[in-house]
Amino acid sequence: MTIREIAERIDAVVYAEPEQMDEDMNGAFGSDMMSDVLAFAEDRDVLLTGLLNPQIVRTAHMLDMSCIIIVRGKTATEEIKRLAADNQIALLETKLTMYEASGKLYEGGLGR
Amino acid sequence: MTADSNALHFHYDVDGNNFTSAGEASVQVKRMLRQMGYHPDLIRRISVAMYEGEINMVIHAKGGDADVYVTPDCITVVLKDVGPGIKDVNLAMQEGYSTAPDNIRSLGFGAGMGLPNMKRYSDELKIDSVVGVGTTIEMTFRSA
Ligand SMILES: Nc1ncnc2c1ncn2[C@@H]1O[C@H](COP(=O)(O)OP(=O)(O)OP(=O)(O)O)[C@@H](O)[C@H]1O
Ligand SMILES: [Mg+2]
Repeated sequence: MTIREIAERIDAVVYAEPEQMDEDMNGAFGSDMMSDVLAFAEDRDVLLTGLLNPQIVRTAHMLDMSCIIIVRGKTATEEIKRLAADNQIALLETKLTMYEASGKLYEGGLGR
Repeated sequence: MTADSNALHFHYDVDGNNFTSAGEASVQVKRMLRQMGYHPDLIRRISVAMYEGEINMVIHAKGGDADVYVTPDCITVVLKDVGPGIKDVNLAMQEGYSTAPDNIRSLGFGAGMGLPNMKRYSDELKIDSVVGVGTTIEMTFRSA
């Protein structure tokens, strides 16, 4: 599933370069605990989280993830946006809960 | 230190008073290893393990020193702090064991997964810790 398609399915605001939109994403992991992301999300491309601090970007970066979806209607801080852009990580914001967003993406085939 | 004298050495100060910047040393090491052309899987193992250790130094030990020694086939990461030390290392190595306070958990850490993860991702993990003196962790990664 491309980032463009992900954004459409969960009605997300996107912060990304145009060329990132057609990158194909394989697999996702959702958690507010970065500890668990680091332990369980190897080989996934998308991070869904409701946590809002710079460590979400560093965690994704360490794991070579290329897309972060911030759930529950939270908005990224300028620092988070800057860090994500610096590391070529697409940043999405959705009003959906983690459960809803995960369900829609799973239904659409992401990570299946 | 076990790394040989031909190893390239990189030093980083890890600021223990600033959770926001925690992980910056690991970010720099990841960039450097990419520039040097190491395999992405190796780089991921190193950067995740170092990041876990760096976060530990910040949340449990008020910061410390990170030293990275690089040779073509072996990368060694040494994390040294003068924090409280680990009373029972075997217990600390168990998944789910954490002494992190609730305010750390609200920042996304403190599930007790870091040390087990560092063991999983490194080829060798040595923990030298003395209560009241500090902790030194040495992780070795081989590129083959
Ligand atoms: N550098 C350190 N100095 C003192 N104590 C430490 C240090 N590193 C780890 N510990 C102790 O070992 C425990 C387990 O560490 P570990 O990294 O596995 O989990 P955590 O840091 O508590 O949570 P997580 O890593 O999942 O965010 C810690 O809770 C802490 O008590
Ligand atoms: Mg830890």
